[in-house]
Amino acid sequence: MSSVAIDSKKKVWGGGQSPFNLSYGKVMMWYFLMSDAFTFGAFLISYGTTRFFSAIWPNANAVFKSFPFCGEANMPLMFVSLMTFILILSSVTMVLAVHAGHCRDKNGVIKWMIWTIIGGIAFLSCQAWEWTHLFAEGGWWGGFRNGAGAHHLAGFFKAGEAIDPIGSADAAHKFFNFFFTITGFHGAHVASGVVLNIIILLNTINGTYERRGHYEMVEKVGLYWHFVDLVWVFVFTCFYLL
Amino acid sequence: MSNEAAIHTDVHTHDSHGHHDDHAHHEHKQHFITKYIFSQDHKIISRQFLITGIFWAIVGGLMSVFFRLQLGFPEQTFKVLTMFLGDWAHGGKMDPEMYYGLITIHGTVLVFFVLTGGLSGTFANFLIPLQIGARDMASPFLNMLSYWFFAIAGVIMFSSLFITTGPASGGWTTYPPLSALKEASMGSGLGMDLWLVSMALFVVSSLLGGLNYIVTILNMRTKGMSMTRLPLTIWALLFTAILGVLSFPVLLSAAVLLLFDRHAGTSFYLSEIYVAGKALPNVGGSPILYQHLFWFLGHPEVYIIMLPAMGMASEILATHSRKPIFGYFAMILSLIGITLLAFLVWAHHMFVTGMSPFLGGVFVLLTLLIAIPSAVKVFNWLTTIWKGNIRFTVGMCFALGFVSLFISGGLTGLFLGNSALDIHLHDTYFVVAHFHIVMGISAFFGMFAGIYHWFPKMYGRFMNNTMGYIHFFITFVGSYVIFWPMHYEGVAGMPRRYYDFSNWESFKQFGELNQMISIAAIIVFIAQLFFVFNYFVSIWKGKKVTDPNPWQSNTLEWTTPIKPGHGNWDGEIPEVHRWAYDYKDDGNGGDFIPQHIPLKEGEESH
Repeated sequence: MSSVAIDSKKKVWGGGQSPFNLSYGKVMMWYFLMSDAFTFGAFLISYGTTRFFSAIWPNANAVFKSFPFCGEANMPLMFVSLMTFILILSSVTMVLAVHAGHCRDKNGVIKWMIWTIIGGIAFLSCQAWEWTHLFAEGGWWGGFRNGAGAHHLAGFFKAGEAIDPIGSADAAHKFFNFFFTITGFHGAHVASGVVLNIIILLNTINGTYERRGHYEMVEKVGLYWHFVDLVWVFVFTCFYLL
Repeated sequence: MSNEAAIHTDVHTHDSHGHHDDHAHHEHKQHFITKYIFSQDHKIISRQFLITGIFWAIVGGLMSVFFRLQLGFPEQTFKVLTMFLGDWAHGGKMDPEMYYGLITIHGTVLVFFVLTGGLSGTFANFLIPLQIGARDMASPFLNMLSYWFFAIAGVIMFSSLFITTGPASGGWTTYPPLSALKEASMGSGLGMDLWLVSMALFVVSSLLGGLNYIVTILNMRTKGMSMTRLPLTIWALLFTAILGVLSFPVLLSAAVLLLFDRHAGTSFYLSEIYVAGKALPNVGGSPILYQHLFWFLGHPEVYIIMLPAMGMASEILATHSRKPIFGYFAMILSLIGITLLAFLVWAHHMFVTGMSPFLGGVFVLLTLLIAIPSAVKVFNWLTTIWKGNIRFTVGMCFALGFVSLFISGGLTGLFLGNSALDIHLHDTYFVVAHFHIVMGISAFFGMFAGIYHWFPKMYGRFMNNTMGYIHFFITFVGSYVIFWPMHYEGVAGMPRRYYDFSNWESFKQFGELNQMISIAAIIVFIAQLFFVFNYFVSIWKGKKVTDPNPWQSNTLEWTTPIKPGHGNWDGEIPEVHRWAYDYKDDGNGGDFIPQHIPLKEGEESH
């Protein structure tokens, strides 16, 4: 028994085949995602250290309290919850597209890819609204530098925390620098994911994968799409929850 | 997916002979542009990397000659400087701004373009498919893109030499605030932006290449080529690629944050700075953050440079000693150890940034641990050549020189890895001597060893031996003459990066020593032109290879035709039956048994 197990293990790594039983493209995608995880990791750790060394920090419940068309209503984290829900839902539709691909169900792939693309675009639109809104409140790359736009500041902190106007402006400056850089970098990933999804959708419609006999490309962009979602979970945690 | 299908992934069923005919036909039709320029053949791409690397090595080497003229002869003027640098060397005297530009670009191009792109780009591309028994890389197309991103990165870096404000001049590490503030120095202007863009493109190139190398090694090995039968070159290139794929993205993050600091008014790395008496509005950032991000790449980077050289030296030492490599598994384990530790030691570059002494102590410990796998490797190389039947080919000479330099340069690493000593030695010529010997010259020796050894496979011709030996001896002796005295200067406290030491009472005593170093550097540079001449002339005029296995080596690349086409093997890819180091009696008077020869009856695999 045990020698059989060793033999088959040897054979797996023995050459002439992929040891993971995966095509090179999928293995490559996994390694690419690992690499990309290090890029995001570096960003988030930079954010973490900067925040750790800061005496005060803007309060997420106060910064992210608006909702489109609701004026001044205090709805902390409601909008970002909606965004997150949309993105996770688009991961679900991506799973369904991959599944349809396994079943060689061309119309299923087309249907679920379209929903995934819609989800991605909806998320990006939400992000655009949030950025515009924060921009109107003075937040931007380099915003609040040297106390510029400080009249918005009190609203960003817990009551009583923003006593020192210079200190709170510096904190808001750092917060928004990282916020726009990291969510922007993530948004760029979502946008490139949407472009990839559209390419895959067009190939599916043209029957490229039907002729090829498998829908592995759908799986590969699926991996990328899930990774971008997973990164959002960390970005969301760092900026909105902690 | 089978290896046979690697090139024509769209072909689903074919027997290998049919494949070959189809392939030869394909080769015949190829246009010059698809065959030599936008080629997807790994062998052509590797030559593209190598020739681009040679170009950059000449540029970077010439820069060092220029700033050595300044350092050795600060009082004199040189027409040649005006010839090359124009207004940057008015009247034959180098401008200080240009001096900083030259040392910055010298470091950048030699570390990244020559010893990363030129070294692992060349040999990973050339050796991986040939030695594992594959027809090409996993994705020949991405492989081609990898070269072209590298080429564009080079064009941008090169163009930065010709702009009016000069190239980036804040050192190859480009620390902020100097690199973040346009007004800080001339080179911090457009030159710095071009540097960042060029490096970002280089990261993309290295990523595309690295993904391909890893996946090809894991997925595309021929039948019987288990991981433990791989030549050590392949193991080394695998870990090189892993290091690159996991560390370069962090440099990308650092560069993105730096670009925002430069152009978007952010303060990631900036806090409370005065430039020309004027206070800047940036508050709250930390220049130390950049150093952490940079060295998280920067330290693995030195192993990205070293590992391919180590792998090739292992292969060449065993082949030309006619002995199995000593401690094959110990070699692999030490490669793994070096790869893991490479990620855990970056802050030893930052002992003088005011870090907690306790944290410094942790990094001292982790740093000194690297001595263990390094020493294991050195021990194994020495025991491999011990009582061997050594053939002193040019490649072998360079491999031996590699071991010598790795020992000499590695030992000084133990000094620098101690934070207590480093506080004195930091940023002195001791550091310059250490890293030039251990990762500059010694990696170059690994590269030269590889070039002389695999040139017959690359071009079907040999390089000229006499010129090779002249190149070797001048370079070997010259390297020690250049860098050995720098240790003394460094211990005496002579700082690196200074433009003119004749103004310092304490360093005046080194005036003549500096002259000698400069003269040696010029001689060594001229010896490299010998190599360049030899390389290019031998491509067309070298002695033709007549034996497909001229070095009587065991690895698979020597089972291909003398000039392999795209697809490498004419017929089927050979199956592998033994490890790569069966240098032993073959029963017929020979002293080696190639990997594709089946085990004889009663013969045990190693």
